[in-house]
Amino acid sequence: MTIKEKGIVMDEIQVKRALVRIAHEILEKNKGAEKLVIIGIRSRGDFLARRIKEYIRRVESVDIPIGILDITLYRDDFTSIDYKPIVGKTEIPFDVKDKVVILIDDVLYTGRTVRAALDEIIDFGRPNEIQLAVLVDRGHRELPIRPDYIGKNVPTADNELVEVQIKEVDGVDRVVIREVEHEN
Amino acid sequence: MKIKRKDLLGIEELSKEEIETILETSGSLKEISERAIRKVPYLRGKTVVNLFFEPSTRTLASFSLAEKRLSADSFNLSSSSSSVLKGETLLDTARNLEAMRIDFVVVRHSLPGAPHFIADRLEASVINAGDGTHEHPTQALLDLLSLKEKFGTLEGKKVVIVGDIVNSRVARSNIWGLTKMGADVTVCGPPTLMPYGIEEMGVEVSFELRKAIEGRDVIYVLRIQKERQMGGMLPSIREYIELYGITPERLKDAKEDVIIMHPGPINRGIELDPRVADGKHSIILGQVTNGVAVRMAILYLLSGGQSGEVSEA
Repeated sequence: MTIKEKGIVMDEIQVKRALVRIAHEILEKNKGAEKLVIIGIRSRGDFLARRIKEYIRRVESVDIPIGILDITLYRDDFTSIDYKPIVGKTEIPFDVKDKVVILIDDVLYTGRTVRAALDEIIDFGRPNEIQLAVLVDRGHRELPIRPDYIGKNVPTADNELVEVQIKEVDGVDRVVIREVEHEN
Repeated sequence: MKIKRKDLLGIEELSKEEIETILETSGSLKEISERAIRKVPYLRGKTVVNLFFEPSTRTLASFSLAEKRLSADSFNLSSSSSSVLKGETLLDTARNLEAMRIDFVVVRHSLPGAPHFIADRLEASVINAGDGTHEHPTQALLDLLSLKEKFGTLEGKKVVIVGDIVNSRVARSNIWGLTKMGADVTVCGPPTLMPYGIEEMGVEVSFELRKAIEGRDVIYVLRIQKERQMGGMLPSIREYIELYGITPERLKDAKEDVIIMHPGPINRGIELDPRVADGKHSIILGQVTNGVAVRMAILYLLSGGQSGEVSEA
């Protein structure tokens, strides 16, 4: 099996424009930031969440509470995973009850990660509403889940991988498509 | 670092990297016990048997809570209420349990090596919850987690373990764990309760408490195990208290910010004065809190494990 880079679908400035737009859309849709809290899914979604929080702060001068979710213990495929991923800490330092939760992930694919995240959030309390923001929607949903805010729609094939790279982790902001080739 | 083991039998066979993975995972899982709903679905549909051939309160409660907080189905069997009384062997008991499809056996037994014996013969994961005077790995791991939280790193920290060293599985597991993590360990106790040749485990030996606690960052107090005193090892409990009991007066010779630990259950007024057990140096209840997190981490890291790839979701 080889993985080769097929192309860059978003560069640094496009990532920034998309996140700024999402920040504005969140404010527009919710008529301000009053009941909002932001929760990012590890790993990458948490950093995107911080940036969206910052863009919202610049526009509305409000500090929205921010949390981080690690969904490892809510996955539906753990028995088929050979090695155990390191579990990161889930940090929700506020009460989600009656709040509007903006859930943030980097790539939306099958929807299984989001399903796990929804279950985990609800274990912390009963929010009024959960909205989903993703930087990339690559299609191929296996569950009835749809995003409220999308950075970019990227049609993909099953043998492709979409990788979001961000400065805090990868040293660069961009979205890359890779192709997996199975040798016969 | 991947953990590729089926079983957790002791600290001796763990690498420093494996211990670090366990502690890091424990740190992440600790938060679950602080939630409104203290439960995650990870081990849904998995079955755990807690097979306890020796009495236990803390360890059994801690394992049970760890299992429940990961949503496993679990039940307890103890020697006083099972077929052991009718003469069934350990292996037969374990095999019969496995025939009923279980995933984990948590075992405490008075014979050193009992968990190893069944681990070799079962497909289920076996976790040692204390085997005789040999090892008590989850206790050592929760102690290491408590120290890591306190100091950040154990490298170069000075720890003295005080009391009945020869009968203590807690001491043995902790010596392996602490030395692997780079701590400097001294053991201190009466000569009759000090095993011959223990220096070979990489520790210093002291028979004089006053000198042993001087300059130490941690005093780890062991329980005087009345059930394992086969007579005559101590002239009297009063003499033990006089020479090795940890009292506020004794602590005048210790560092001002020394930490006091104890694996429980405490014999108040014997190895540990109540004023010290409940005082500002004690992190004993913090150890108990960490026990649940460490046992959750062990169940997590040993679970599942069929071949496959991480799916992108």
